[in-house]
Amino acid sequence: MTRLADGRFVDDEPFDPRASILELERKDLDAPNWLLVWRKFKTHKLGLISGIFLLVAYLMIPFAGFIAPYGPNQRFSEHLYSPPQSIKLFHEGEFVGPFVYPMTSEANLETFQWEFSPDTSRPLKLEFFCEGKTYNLAGIIESNRHLFCATEEATIFILGSDRLGRDIFSRVSYGAQLSLTVGLIGISVSFVLGIFFGSLAGYFGGKTDWLINRVIEVLRSLPELPLWLALSAAVPSNWSPVAVFFVISIILGILDWPGLARSVRAKFLSLREEEYVRAAEMMGASSGRVIRKHLLPNFMSHLIASATLSIPAMILGETALSFLGLGLRAPAVSWGVMLNDAQNLASIEIYPWTAIPMLPIVIVVLAFNFLGDGLRDSLDPYQQ
Amino acid sequence: MEILRYAIYRFGTMLLTLLVVSVLVFAIINLPPGDYLSNQIAELQATGQSAGVAKAEFLRQEYALDKPLWQQYMIWMGFMPGPHGFSGMIQGNFGWSFEFDSPVADIVGDSLWLTVLVNLSAVIFVYAVALPLGVLAAARARTWIDYTSAFIGYLGLATPNFLLALILFYYGHRWFDLPIGGLMAPEYEGVPMNWDKVKSILVHLIVPTFVIGTAGASAMMQRLRANMLDELGKPYVETAIAKGMKPSRMLAKYPLRVAFNPFVADIGNLLPAMISGSVLVSVVLGLQTIGPTLLTALKTQDMFLSGFVLMFVALLTLIGTMVSDVLLVLLDPRIRYEGRGT
Repeated sequence: MTRLADGRFVDDEPFDPRASILELERKDLDAPNWLLVWRKFKTHKLGLISGIFLLVAYLMIPFAGFIAPYGPNQRFSEHLYSPPQSIKLFHEGEFVGPFVYPMTSEANLETFQWEFSPDTSRPLKLEFFCEGKTYNLAGIIESNRHLFCATEEATIFILGSDRLGRDIFSRVSYGAQLSLTVGLIGISVSFVLGIFFGSLAGYFGGKTDWLINRVIEVLRSLPELPLWLALSAAVPSNWSPVAVFFVISIILGILDWPGLARSVRAKFLSLREEEYVRAAEMMGASSGRVIRKHLLPNFMSHLIASATLSIPAMILGETALSFLGLGLRAPAVSWGVMLNDAQNLASIEIYPWTAIPMLPIVIVVLAFNFLGDGLRDSLDPYQQ
Repeated sequence: MEILRYAIYRFGTMLLTLLVVSVLVFAIINLPPGDYLSNQIAELQATGQSAGVAKAEFLRQEYALDKPLWQQYMIWMGFMPGPHGFSGMIQGNFGWSFEFDSPVADIVGDSLWLTVLVNLSAVIFVYAVALPLGVLAAARARTWIDYTSAFIGYLGLATPNFLLALILFYYGHRWFDLPIGGLMAPEYEGVPMNWDKVKSILVHLIVPTFVIGTAGASAMMQRLRANMLDELGKPYVETAIAKGMKPSRMLAKYPLRVAFNPFVADIGNLLPAMISGSVLVSVVLGLQTIGPTLLTALKTQDMFLSGFVLMFVALLTLIGTMVSDVLLVLLDPRIRYEGRGT
């Protein structure tokens, strides 16, 4: 270290402009691609949080019955349109632990509404891992344990109850099963169709390309919702809820593939001329093998990112269809079906909590958007 | 003259697309098993009303529903003579609505131009909101203005349209005394146009326009912001600033013009989504557009009515896309007339 006349310090070592880069970058250059993507994705805080949130949400799906204190269609005729109950910790200044006050309902004959009043003299403690209505854990194991529930004399409606006295919180957690998976099934359908037609068009070109392109153009120029409506109106009303659910998600997927197919096609057009493709062809690889083994892995990650961005549209689509009564129908529980109850102004005004299922919808859709943005930004780890 | 030839070419492709769409629509409306009349006949027979059966049978023949599907299609479109000679879509006969027991044209009537009106005002709203906000968000990137507008934009994309509609209606009525439901005050329905009616329609349009336009506006705003940011990093912007040009003038004169292209081209993507939205919102808010008509027609399997509404909605989108394509060519001389490169 030398001190110059003007007071600056200068290092005596000869300066090698490449040294620092070489040392740092060598490790990076050798790192596998997924590590680089992951490293970059970690810096995208919003995307990371959304990803973790969605992971947790999807992992909770099989345990919906455990989390919900009641069954999805269990009715409490004494508690119609009960407002959300709060869980309290202190009773008359004393710590009791989580408890609720029992509610009694009374019909107000002037406003024709139910009025609820808590009995504040009796704190009833919540029970954990208690026994309640039986349900199927993950659809297989029969169980009757619930995460929490109220004692016999009280009810626990964290988010209130609906028109028929069903617990909204329980219904939201059961509804997640259908509402969250509808997007996944839909996107799988759209993924398969999009890759199939997109690669056909991009790889073979010529007449095939022309034909597929026209189909894509026609489908993209049509408004989705009226077509969704028309297609789901064609689902016979006597089908079981599960069948209707699958058909609806397939319908959502069928109209979504053109966008994906377009981007697949564009990628194929540019990658088709690469040397390694020609090499593979000369070694006698079949077209199917070239597409699957050499071309698709190149931009699979991009496709996944764009698929993430189109899941929200499907979730909203299911909601809209069910809301209009053409999607999933009553014994099935989804967020859209629940919102069907909040269809008129009166319920928004008098019973605002019936519109609560919109919160999970907004949050999940936002999370998918952020996750997709984060993925898209971090997929090109070599780009700054 | 080049532009005129392009417009004609574009019109031709639109007609072809419409033809394909008509086949698609006809297939879709025939997807449900049976048709309105055969269902009705079955129902009448089950309840033992033989008088109605004869009428339904008569209608079935009248509208050629007993013919094979491809013939029904040709008759519906007017490519083939039906029981009453050529009278299909292209001859201006839109068919008969069994549910309402009157011609389709009478039922949709007024709602057609109201649909156009609602969508047009939503498009104007999208441009009016997205343009200034997008430019502002880009010019003040990474400040609170940017973040707030991005947040509102994301929220607009994520909230289901119909709920936004209900909530806005409720609060709009409570705080601003906006009218609830419909597209005009009930006393103006069926009354010829006058100044008061126009005013009533305009006031009723506020909430639907806002609801239908929000999602589109936020998507377009984000795209404009991204395009502007790309342009703002370029050397010519730096030169302009170095010369001492006022930032607002500089923005409008150079980068905005470049970033403007996708803005016009995007209408092709935007319009289908907006028309979808308007159908949904109309059902929720009870607007007299064709949305509610479509829903009833689909639910009761009133195939000619739903077929016509679907065709109309598709036509509206196709015209919008065509206009945007022609505008784009006018705006950007770099685009060749043979159509946009892919």
